[in-house]
Amino acid sequence: MGLIHEIDYGTPASTAEKMVTLTVDGFDVSVPEGTSIMRASMEAGIAIPKLCATDMVDAFGSCRLCLVEIEGRAGTPSSCTTPVAPGMVVHTQTGRLKQLRKGVMELYISDHPLDCLTCAANGDCELQDMAGAVGLRDVRYGYDGDNHVFPKSRNALSESTANARWMPKDESNPYFTYDPSKCIVCSRCVRACEEVQGTFALTIEGRGFESRVSPGMHQPFLESECVSCGACVQACPTATLTEKSVIEIGQPEHSKVTTCAYCGVGCSFKAEMRGDELVRMVPWKDGKANRGHSCVKGRFAYGYATHKERILNPMIRETIDQPWREVSWEEAYKHVANEFRRIQYQYGKGSIGGITSSRCTNEETYLIQKLVRAGFGNNNVDTCARVCHSPTGYGLGQAFGTSAGTQDFDSVEHSDVMVVIGANPSAAHPVFASRMKKRIRKGAKLIVLDPRVTETVDSVHAKADYHLPLKPGTNVAVVTSMAHVIVTEGLFNEQFIRERCEWDEFQDYAEFVSEARNSPEEVEKLSGVPAELIRGAARLYATGGNGAIYYGLGVTEHSQGSTTVMAIANLAMLTGNIGRKGVGVNPLRGQNNVQGSCDMGSFPHELPGYRHISGDATREIYESLWGVKLDNEPGLRIPNMLDAAVEGTFKGIYIQGEDILQSDPDTKHVSAGLAAMECVVVQDLFLNETANYAHVFLPGSTFLEKDGTFTNAERRINRVRKVMSPKNGYADWEITQNLAQTMGLDWNYTHPSEIMDEIAKTTPSFANVSYDYLEKMGSVQWPCNDKAPEGTPIMHMDGFVRGKGKFIRTEYVATDEKTGPRFPLLLTTGRILSQYNVGAQTRRTANVMWHDEDRLEIHPHDAEQRGIRDGDWVKLASRAGETTLRALITDRVAPGVIYTTFHHPDTQANVITTDYSDWATNCPEYKVTAVQVSPSNGPSEWQREYDELSKRSRRIEGHLEAAE
Amino acid sequence: MQPAGTEIASRTSAVINEFVGLEGPLLPILHGLQEEFGFVPDESLPVIAKALNISNAEVHGVVTFYHDYRRHPAGRHVLKVCQAEACQSMGSDAVAARIKQLLGIGFHETTKDGSVTLEPIYCLGLCACAPAAMLDGEVIGRLDDDKLEEIAAEVRL
Repeated sequence: MGLIHEIDYGTPASTAEKMVTLTVDGFDVSVPEGTSIMRASMEAGIAIPKLCATDMVDAFGSCRLCLVEIEGRAGTPSSCTTPVAPGMVVHTQTGRLKQLRKGVMELYISDHPLDCLTCAANGDCELQDMAGAVGLRDVRYGYDGDNHVFPKSRNALSESTANARWMPKDESNPYFTYDPSKCIVCSRCVRACEEVQGTFALTIEGRGFESRVSPGMHQPFLESECVSCGACVQACPTATLTEKSVIEIGQPEHSKVTTCAYCGVGCSFKAEMRGDELVRMVPWKDGKANRGHSCVKGRFAYGYATHKERILNPMIRETIDQPWREVSWEEAYKHVANEFRRIQYQYGKGSIGGITSSRCTNEETYLIQKLVRAGFGNNNVDTCARVCHSPTGYGLGQAFGTSAGTQDFDSVEHSDVMVVIGANPSAAHPVFASRMKKRIRKGAKLIVLDPRVTETVDSVHAKADYHLPLKPGTNVAVVTSMAHVIVTEGLFNEQFIRERCEWDEFQDYAEFVSEARNSPEEVEKLSGVPAELIRGAARLYATGGNGAIYYGLGVTEHSQGSTTVMAIANLAMLTGNIGRKGVGVNPLRGQNNVQGSCDMGSFPHELPGYRHISGDATREIYESLWGVKLDNEPGLRIPNMLDAAVEGTFKGIYIQGEDILQSDPDTKHVSAGLAAMECVVVQDLFLNETANYAHVFLPGSTFLEKDGTFTNAERRINRVRKVMSPKNGYADWEITQNLAQTMGLDWNYTHPSEIMDEIAKTTPSFANVSYDYLEKMGSVQWPCNDKAPEGTPIMHMDGFVRGKGKFIRTEYVATDEKTGPRFPLLLTTGRILSQYNVGAQTRRTANVMWHDEDRLEIHPHDAEQRGIRDGDWVKLASRAGETTLRALITDRVAPGVIYTTFHHPDTQANVITTDYSDWATNCPEYKVTAVQVSPSNGPSEWQREYDELSKRSRRIEGHLEAAE
Repeated sequence: MQPAGTEIASRTSAVINEFVGLEGPLLPILHGLQEEFGFVPDESLPVIAKALNISNAEVHGVVTFYHDYRRHPAGRHVLKVCQAEACQSMGSDAVAARIKQLLGIGFHETTKDGSVTLEPIYCLGLCACAPAAMLDGEVIGRLDDDKLEEIAAEVRL
């Protein structure tokens, strides 16, 4: 296997089309115009010594090691900052250059410790490499003079006096250390933080010999603005910034490319291993979603895989008040098979179902839906996309004909105006946010529709040009009002609409949006957004060049989620912003494989590839392959399953990697539904909250322990590669297969690639996908078939999938969830950078150092009225329930609006959320709940009862302590 | 959270408002703060960062780059003695030694009674009248022992 070695070209690639030919050390090399001599030389296979240059950031020219001689030019210019010219003759190694480089290295080493043997970067240090490359044999200057290396002066005269220039190691960040004594002030970290991540948390303080890297204002890393994305650590050529895991374990010896299992960006990483121990995750430069960048979750928060609370043995119990009993896998499978068959015999075929996980691979979700359809004989299969992006599927399906984003992430590099609606990429899709900000710093404009002043609204050097702080629940009104401005001011793209859309439908739609009640002035009254902002934003989007819309759960998780998705599609069609680079409509998917789990037929009404279950031809494909008769009626959605359970007609469920108790709305209803079932099977890494109500627990495997594929928000099918064997013994697909076999199904997959082959054979949009092809291509974006053999980066290029784009009237209907005297405030929910979803993984990593509890954000005005001070415990009550948490007073939220996250189970924010949901898809209305806030002394009665239940239900026989 | 509504923060905001419209307003703002407070208070940095939509680190980097921005209050008077080449050739080393002796402090130090801060400076553009110094913004040329004693007496008043 060996370590995957990525070539560092020293400077970023040039995108110019014109080629230039030059000669480097006698070899001809042709490169795009604008390429540096350093890069051109590397392309020819000649590595010019360098320290301050790396291809993740622009050239800087400070280390003076990469000097070259150019025939006909005076002096020794730095090759990183000098662009190539036609016919240029470059010499990278001459007597003069050798002398200069040696001299420079001597100066560097005169202020650097010589502890290479015990240094964490030993074997992975560019300074060490360069000392070797230039033939450094001697340092004439000694260490008696001024230095940053030793804590005490080495001067014989002032022996043992403290060295004021020396600074101790900063170990405040849980994942990496900063050792200033090893710093060569090359500024790579500072530039990576600025150019790649866009946080600008690092600077060089002072000048001359005083120059030091400073996080924030000479603060420890953890207290600075640093978001711990790891770009600086990656950029550092020495041991100055080093992963703590490398310090502890040592250098990795082999690596594999795999895909991050956190958000829908789907970053590619190299999992660098020593034996079967994971040393570090390093973003892969060739990853097409992340282009070599990462965030604190994917880069560092993988420790949950080996957390002590992970369950490794199957467990059973008869009732949920008993302690768990560890059993063999065979006993567990038999128990489930018997119970499911008994329940079906007793209560009917439709009395059991399954939930597929958006955290698992495509192959694994495919198997679950296959088990439900072919094994259970019904269509009671659903997925967590139900509670996040199901309106995307419906809305975009109606308007364009496909249920997915239209672009690849690279498209953002061509956008001129970005509209972000109900999403906070800086926290929830950080790697994509960095790419957006990079584009904004180059001059693109940003419009944000969000009730809160999110990190995306006021990032440094990338402030939103328009922030429309709308009242939660008024998305449809505001987006439709933008269309009103575009139509009434004649800013629409008539040619595009005539060519690509139904003109009659457009006219009907234009008439609708032009009505005065959709004008910004009217909408201001109900949304609270000043009319001028709506007008300005609409004009900018319609006239500012390539306009791209990115949206998140702030759009979908509403009673009118699907309507807002259609309103967004309308905006894009009105302005012709669809079907080319830099434009489009892009849902930012929450989970790593939520796109994939939808693609794989996880919905009760759809077979893989979004084909309705009632279609005879489609069913026929599977019936003949699987040798069973499929039910042609859609099955139950998650909320329907729970309703049916409460009514007593739904009794058994197989839940793969989803914590519905914590993540689904109206917790009390979920718990009542689960409690009413006779066999709840949970397959997960940990005893999650849902497992409190489970009868069988099947331990799952992590993404590091299995082969498979994830499909990210840009429809990109990325390989997940096994880097260690499953600690629980089996990959999740094997567990599902074993269960299916126990239930009498004849499944014999020996590798996930065979499952993918079955998917490709039966699903037209995946027709050409295979593991061999993915190996060759790296990744592909579906549709990938004979029509699009290399996949489809951008959809609807020559026409919409459905034929003509469909304009749909988007009537605003206020949610039934209204504020009143009892519940005067509107609660909306969201995420924070360091935590992920219900936190099952991130809470079990050092990421809790950034966010160890959910806080309630409340405006100073609302807080003062209620006598609440910052940090006070407060009671949060809605008509559904109440909980307590601590207040955070901030003007990021408007008066009347409060906000919290849902990462921690002790808060149980979803006790508060209601059972209202999207009219078309049942996607719950998480984003709007009428609430009251009052001072409190401690946990609510529900929290106490639930805590008690959790403790009781996590007992395992033979184990002294509860597992969590 | 917004930086606390302290007196320093509000005075900082007032200075920012004066210069924020300029192209490249950071240096003028820092000069303005030094004028306002006699130094650039640490507490002002995040206020500037927020107002200019840049990071705290960037402001810190700029402030620490320029020696002229003071991080602590200076004495009532500030005496800057030129140590650049022309003045050196005309005996500025001796001038510096003498004034240090007279005031009882070294460079970058302030007398205990807070009357004066002594600093080196590298060229006042007064090379024709070297050795030179600047007291509270007024330049003084052709320094000699008498002038230095006069200065020492004046700042002590």
